Amino acid sequence: MTSIDHDATPGSPDALRPILSVQDLVVHFPVRGRGLLGRTTGTVHAVCDVSFEIYPGETLGLVGESGCGKSTTSRAVLGLRRATSGQVLFEDQDLANLPPDRMRRLRRQMQIVFQDPMASLDPRLTVYEIIAEPLRIHGVHKEDRHQYVAELMRTVGLNSEHGNRYPHEFSGGQRQRIGIARALALEPKLLVLDEPVSALDVSIQAGVVNLLDDLQRRLGLAYLFVAHDLSVVRHVADRVAVMYLGRIVETGECEELFANPAHPYTQALISAIPIPDPRKERERRRIVVSGEMPSPTDPPSGCRFRTRCPMFADRLDDAQQARCRQETPELAERGQGHPVACHFAEAVPVL
Amino acid sequence: MSTAATTGEEVLVVEDLTVSFPTDDGLVQAVRGVSYRLREREILGIVGESGSGKSVTSMAIMGLLPRSARITGSIRFRGQELVGLRESGLNKLRGSKIAMIFQDPMTSLNPVHTVGYQVAEAILAHNDVSKAQARRRAVELLDTVGVPNAGQRVDSYPYELSGGVRQRVVIAIAMANKPDVIIADEPTTALDVTVQAQVLDALRTAQQETGAAMVLITHDLGVVAGQADRVLVMYAGKPVEIGDVEDIYYRPRMPYTLGLLGSVPRLDASRSQRLLPILGSPPSLVNLPAGCPFTPRCPIAQDRCEREEPPLVTVTSHPHRAACHFSQDLAGVRPHDLFTSTSADARTEDHPGRPSAGEPTGEGDLP
Repeated sequence: MTSIDHDATPGSPDALRPILSVQDLVVHFPVRGRGLLGRTTGTVHAVCDVSFEIYPGETLGLVGESGCGKSTTSRAVLGLRRATSGQVLFEDQDLANLPPDRMRRLRRQMQIVFQDPMASLDPRLTVYEIIAEPLRIHGVHKEDRHQYVAELMRTVGLNSEHGNRYPHEFSGGQRQRIGIARALALEPKLLVLDEPVSALDVSIQAGVVNLLDDLQRRLGLAYLFVAHDLSVVRHVADRVAVMYLGRIVETGECEELFANPAHPYTQALISAIPIPDPRKERERRRIVVSGEMPSPTDPPSGCRFRTRCPMFADRLDDAQQARCRQETPELAERGQGHPVACHFAEAVPVL
Repeated sequence: MSTAATTGEEVLVVEDLTVSFPTDDGLVQAVRGVSYRLREREILGIVGESGSGKSVTSMAIMGLLPRSARITGSIRFRGQELVGLRESGLNKLRGSKIAMIFQDPMTSLNPVHTVGYQVAEAILAHNDVSKAQARRRAVELLDTVGVPNAGQRVDSYPYELSGGVRQRVVIAIAMANKPDVIIADEPTTALDVTVQAQVLDALRTAQQETGAAMVLITHDLGVVAGQADRVLVMYAGKPVEIGDVEDIYYRPRMPYTLGLLGSVPRLDASRSQRLLPILGSPPSLVNLPAGCPFTPRCPIAQDRCEREEPPLVTVTSHPHRAACHFSQDLAGVRPHDLFTSTSADARTEDHPGRPSAGEPTGEGDLP
């Protein structure tokens, strides 16, 4: 055990209270017309009524395709994006009403790791300066800063003697480790990981995934793991929330959700992921969705997935289809073992 | 898997191809001797990580490398040598006999012309038909690859279309002149998975309709598993293993191939199974040291590996070949027999989890 180990372990009384609670989060962006003072001509419905909780020491995987609102959600969680309505509670404190100095202190508790380490690391700073920057800003570890940074570097699997090198001297995987070390510097309780391994080659990606796993166990961190790659998410997440066009369409324990997906979109998503096994891959039956995601400026009425839904197109009668058009399906337990937002949810194993 | 793979006539033969680029730091040896034979209707998957030379190989075939590139070896299309062929000769083949599909459709389509114009342009460049005929054919082609409302979409500009539809347009252009070879370089990498599935279907349709052979370049082992008849694995500019798709996935004989298979998270594996990364990172292709380039990352490397680069030799059956001094010892070996589920980044002396075979050969990959 070293000084950066936390005492929060899953199973302690702390684990019963969510560290992060998001309630009915809505994020809209105005679309402006031409000119300097263009009037608002529309609204991008980026995130709609999203609610979830994250408990200490666990990983929530937030998955979906480009434009589904998963990154906007992660920014709103950190207070980097203003919520249009709804609440983000970090340990029962509402981020929206927090005075700036309290917010600043709270920021130490929640950190983010971005997708592209080359874009998120300042190329003119040495690795030591990059990792020490948050310590300097918050005025902590003044006396033992050198040892502490060296220890952080070892924690993420970097050679602590390389502190005076610059980001360009490292490989992609090592750069991502630098980003993780910086995020860990202030001993946060929650890490938001926004596509943390998507830019890495698979042989390197595996090491970073294992590292995140080890750090969580050792430090009792909670992760919000945002990714489009369901195979990675299945590997790291305890629970999963699937987003489509700004809404969570299905959520549940990771194992359960992958074994019995009940929303047609989740089923299509899982069945579309190729498996690196020629025989299995060629025998699989795919659930095909047609077309692509509609524009979030004008989302379909009722169920937002209905325009691409294979069940809506092939199996529902007129009355049922009318229901999908008129009534927004709520994310609720519908006898499928976990909450799902589909009027006609039916668990189907697709693996 | 496919009988076409073993019976068809050879359409493309690449022999000992090397490509290097002079830079300020020295000569970058991007491709260091690639050979393969592509038969009619066959799909050859080329896998490897960034910088392994898989794209440069294809750019060399298409004659698309910058003038500074030094190319040696031979590329023969139906017997005709392409290395050193003049631009005019290449222009007769490109887009007609050999077509290419790139990763990003937004950069391969011209933003100022409608997609119909661009498909028709490809037809008119190689056929003596009227513009009206070319346009009709363009609509047909767009319809074949699954562009919805092809009759109307033909007049759309690329920016009006989604990524998946744009890539279908590129596929329509590629199949316009019934090519003998389609080279698809990461054709679905920029797309979401549900769209990837649609585009792979379109690609399969294009390949079957035209009867073309296909080279499918990708880093996604899942995509290759579903599409390819044969697979070529590249590392540091060289093929390290080639064989039928089942040989590569079920009976790999090169540690790098095993490492790749062990590091992919799979939907069909147990969740509790840790991933098996390959430590370190690929070598710089400037002043590559002698020996097998995988040595610093290889769990079974011996002294011999540092001195001698292993040639690609037959493993058991004829089409399966691997470049490893110890490929005979790897029969029946699975990734977890060689690699550990470490979270470390490079092989250093303080990693107790490392397998006992072989001694550490280098600390990492830093310059």
